[in-house]
Amino acid sequence: MERFEYAHPTTQREAIGLLGSNWNDAAVLAGGTDLISLMKEYVVSPKRIVNIKNVEGLNGIHSNAEGVTLGSLVTMDELVENETIRAEFPALTQAAEGITSPQIRAMGTVGGELCQRPRCWYFRNGYGLLAKDENGKSLVPEGENRYHAILGNSGPAYFVNPSSLAPALIALGAKLQLTGPKGQREVSASEFFVIPKSDNERENVLKPNEMLTHIVIPASSRGFRSATYEVRHKTALDWPLAAAAIAVKMEGGRVREGRVVLGHVAPIPWQAREAAKELEGKSITDGTAVTVGEAAVRGAKPLSQNAYKVRLATVAVKRALLAAAKGEA
Amino acid sequence: MADYHWPPTDKCSLIGRRISRLDGAWKSSGRIKYSYDVNRPNMLHAKMVFSPYAHAKVVSIDTSAAEKMPGVKAIEIITEPGKEVFWAGHEVAAVAAETEEQARDAARRIQVRYEKLPHLVSDVEPAKAGEHTKQLAEQTDGSPDQALQQAEVTSEGEYGVPVITHCCLEAHGQVAEWDGDNLTLYASTQNVSGIPGEIARAKPPIADSADKVRVLSPVMGGGFGSKFGADTWGLACARLAKKTGHPVKLMLERDQELMAAGARPSMYAKVKVGAKKDGTLVGWQSESWGTGGPDAQGGAPNLPYVVRIPDRRVRHTTVLTNIGPSRAWRAPNHPQMCLITMSALDDLAAKLGMDPVELLQRNIEMTGQLAKTYSAELEKAAELMEWKKKWHPRGERTSGSIKKGLGVSIHTWGGAGHPSNCNCVIQPDGSVSASLGSQDLGTGTRTVIGIVTAETMGLPLEAVKVNIGDSKYPADGASGGSTTVGGVSSSTRRAATAALNQLFEKVAPSLDAKPDDLEAVDGQIRVKDNPSKAISWKQACAKLGTTPITGVGQRQRGNDDLLSSGVGGAQMAEVSVDTETGIVQVDKLVAVQDCGLIIDLKTAESQVYGACIMGITYSLFEHKIMDEQTGHCLNADLEFYKLAGIGDFGEIVVHMMTGPEYDQRGVIGLGEPPVISPGAAISNAVANAIGARVPTLPLTPDKVLGVLEKGAVA
Repeated sequence: MERFEYAHPTTQREAIGLLGSNWNDAAVLAGGTDLISLMKEYVVSPKRIVNIKNVEGLNGIHSNAEGVTLGSLVTMDELVENETIRAEFPALTQAAEGITSPQIRAMGTVGGELCQRPRCWYFRNGYGLLAKDENGKSLVPEGENRYHAILGNSGPAYFVNPSSLAPALIALGAKLQLTGPKGQREVSASEFFVIPKSDNERENVLKPNEMLTHIVIPASSRGFRSATYEVRHKTALDWPLAAAAIAVKMEGGRVREGRVVLGHVAPIPWQAREAAKELEGKSITDGTAVTVGEAAVRGAKPLSQNAYKVRLATVAVKRALLAAAKGEA
Repeated sequence: MADYHWPPTDKCSLIGRRISRLDGAWKSSGRIKYSYDVNRPNMLHAKMVFSPYAHAKVVSIDTSAAEKMPGVKAIEIITEPGKEVFWAGHEVAAVAAETEEQARDAARRIQVRYEKLPHLVSDVEPAKAGEHTKQLAEQTDGSPDQALQQAEVTSEGEYGVPVITHCCLEAHGQVAEWDGDNLTLYASTQNVSGIPGEIARAKPPIADSADKVRVLSPVMGGGFGSKFGADTWGLACARLAKKTGHPVKLMLERDQELMAAGARPSMYAKVKVGAKKDGTLVGWQSESWGTGGPDAQGGAPNLPYVVRIPDRRVRHTTVLTNIGPSRAWRAPNHPQMCLITMSALDDLAAKLGMDPVELLQRNIEMTGQLAKTYSAELEKAAELMEWKKKWHPRGERTSGSIKKGLGVSIHTWGGAGHPSNCNCVIQPDGSVSASLGSQDLGTGTRTVIGIVTAETMGLPLEAVKVNIGDSKYPADGASGGSTTVGGVSSSTRRAATAALNQLFEKVAPSLDAKPDDLEAVDGQIRVKDNPSKAISWKQACAKLGTTPITGVGQRQRGNDDLLSSGVGGAQMAEVSVDTETGIVQVDKLVAVQDCGLIIDLKTAESQVYGACIMGITYSLFEHKIMDEQTGHCLNADLEFYKLAGIGDFGEIVVHMMTGPEYDQRGVIGLGEPPVISPGAAISNAVANAIGARVPTLPLTPDKVLGVLEKGAVA
């Protein structure tokens, strides 16, 4: 990797002060499971690394009447082991369990999981976030796109958002707290991710001098049943081909409110609003689950090699929904 | 004089038993050092510079910026300006620096200008490959057209296996260290005895002669046929060490390992096969093609595989591509030929409405000399799989999204022992050693040599020291083609017998017997007909005075009573296919295997277990994915070059065929055969489950769903 300056602040204020106004000025280091690989492969070469592991106030999972707050430094293991979250928000625990590498669960943080960069193999092989050849033409539509997006893929971004936690957090109505030089702002998890339109943009609303500090799941989501289902080719150490997180509020055996979010199918976690609407007022049966699954991929435009992912996404929705209804994984 | 034969296994205390490998604890505790682990005083680290283009001409190389980088000590140009590179990952230069990180950074600062040239990296059929084709062979036996015309049932299909890599967990590489004009290479190699000669032939010269080069490889982390040569990085490493006067370590990075260090050629075929209604096979026709990189190496595949249908026509075309160099991959060509043949026969069986095991049994005489063995192996495998109870015609009719199915395949391999030399030394203090310039690829070679020596001397295994993995020991063959166990077992048996006979000569007078009347059993030398007349091993050796005994054993090419060649093997797979996701789970794989006389049943079984896991991996996951636009391998990593994990293979049942009729064949190699059939057995099981063929490996969800969408399940 290229040489870099290393900083290890202890306060949020200090950390923010060490970040820059351009992405290449500085990068936030937490668990390092993604950043270090990117640097070793020369995909990113920030001038300064700001290690936030010693920054106060970013640890721990706290539950109170307002909801549950996770510090951005909470590790995947801490998340998986937390009984409150397992009981109240199983979709989130299940999503974290899908990260099957013990090493990554031990080191990786929830903040880093949400901010990790796409796994698009053109990006990782040095062709840039938007995977272009030397003439500026995207390599994805006519290239090897079996793992790429089927939704939100009108270009120039074709990668899929790699986060396992994001669909569950969006389904659970979570809010993300971001801190920058001017203080804190809060965005809903559903608005955190964006589809970049140019090489200068990133995959979320963070500015180069901001960092993610906390994730808050509101108390109002406690009344929802939730589940996550991932379709993985390998049983472990593999990225999902498609995933779905579901949260449903039931009333008298029928869905009063439902949320359906797909993972690994679009450059952002994909909120299937039509599918959510489809759910309302229905009791959850095999038939409903199939209908909702199909509604979730309406408008999908598969690329040359990834039509199968449309099918997988419907199956993920169906299975997540049936699991949520049963109140089990 | 010495007569060379194996003792009957029922009289053996070691041969044929389940014995744990000698280096198991050393490996699992990290005490034994792989090439990657070797660190010498003042050692430098080197990294390679590879071509980023699939086909290009090197115009110029500017090393000035790299030379100024911190820690950089020397740069070696491998591909001079004016020369062409033929794949992304083709070796261009190497740089040595004080740390690995410095070398990696400096490698990026070597500025190579290329003139890009047209490339082809897609695995396409010859018609789409334009001028990049070379027809290798056409072979016609009998009258295939007539036979197929008269066949009562014919089946046509297209089958194939893509390019995959070796993916050695220890990457290719070595540490090179000079002492004056003597070079030591700590190399991860399958060819300890052969590398010095290769280094000595290098141009421009590296070493004065082969005897100035010593190769050490006590253990190695996987070769699978890709580590026979010194390779450009080996030569570059030796040159960098010479230039700098420091030891140099150069191991490939993971992406380099997958891009440049070998690939298994692809093979596809359009097949037509015909039979009578009773299942008797009558004719075969295949048009096959495949790519192994820029060269057209090897001959045409000998299709159909194992089952020699007398009337056949086979035509094969090689497609020349810029995907990287092909290297022998565990059982070269066999897994590909097996998949094509066994899939075609399985499809034919389905058309005949016949159980595919019955189809194989019906035609078992076409397998030739091993017909009886195959028949017995199929029966044993069927018993272990409960085939008759579980098998159903194609397309499981039960409701539910999970469909189960069974598949079968048979395979063959040669495995005759390679030339081998062993020195067996008995010391006056009673200690015994066997020394060979062989290597243990992880198969258990070290243990087998120990067992043969100890069995011959009537000693416990711990009493024998095995010296291998060092080119100073007597020359031995490269470990490829399942040739090692036959070679080293023969030479070791001969050397140990020769040494023992010398000891008998020394001891005979004191036992008042002739040397020929003596035997070595249970740590004693005793008179065969009068076991009470005995002397302990230690006392016997003490009679040597101060001079040790050396027994020399040689396995030469040609007939050898201690070994032979030619094995069969049958495998059966049981799978569950999730028809909603297209995900295939191998629930059970039964592997029944013969390999003549088995020296160590445990390491033999381990070989088969490992092969099954490797087979499940290439059946479900492996594919070197090349991007035509950039000419690059996109999955040169362990993230998208997927390898099976422990959750991805179900129950593996291994059964070794043993008994006097197998023992009398002598020792036969085992490395390759069990890795041949899994692809075909698993593909056939999936066809049985879902009612239609997924034509190519790996059996990925996109392909399985694609077939299902055409309405596979009835």
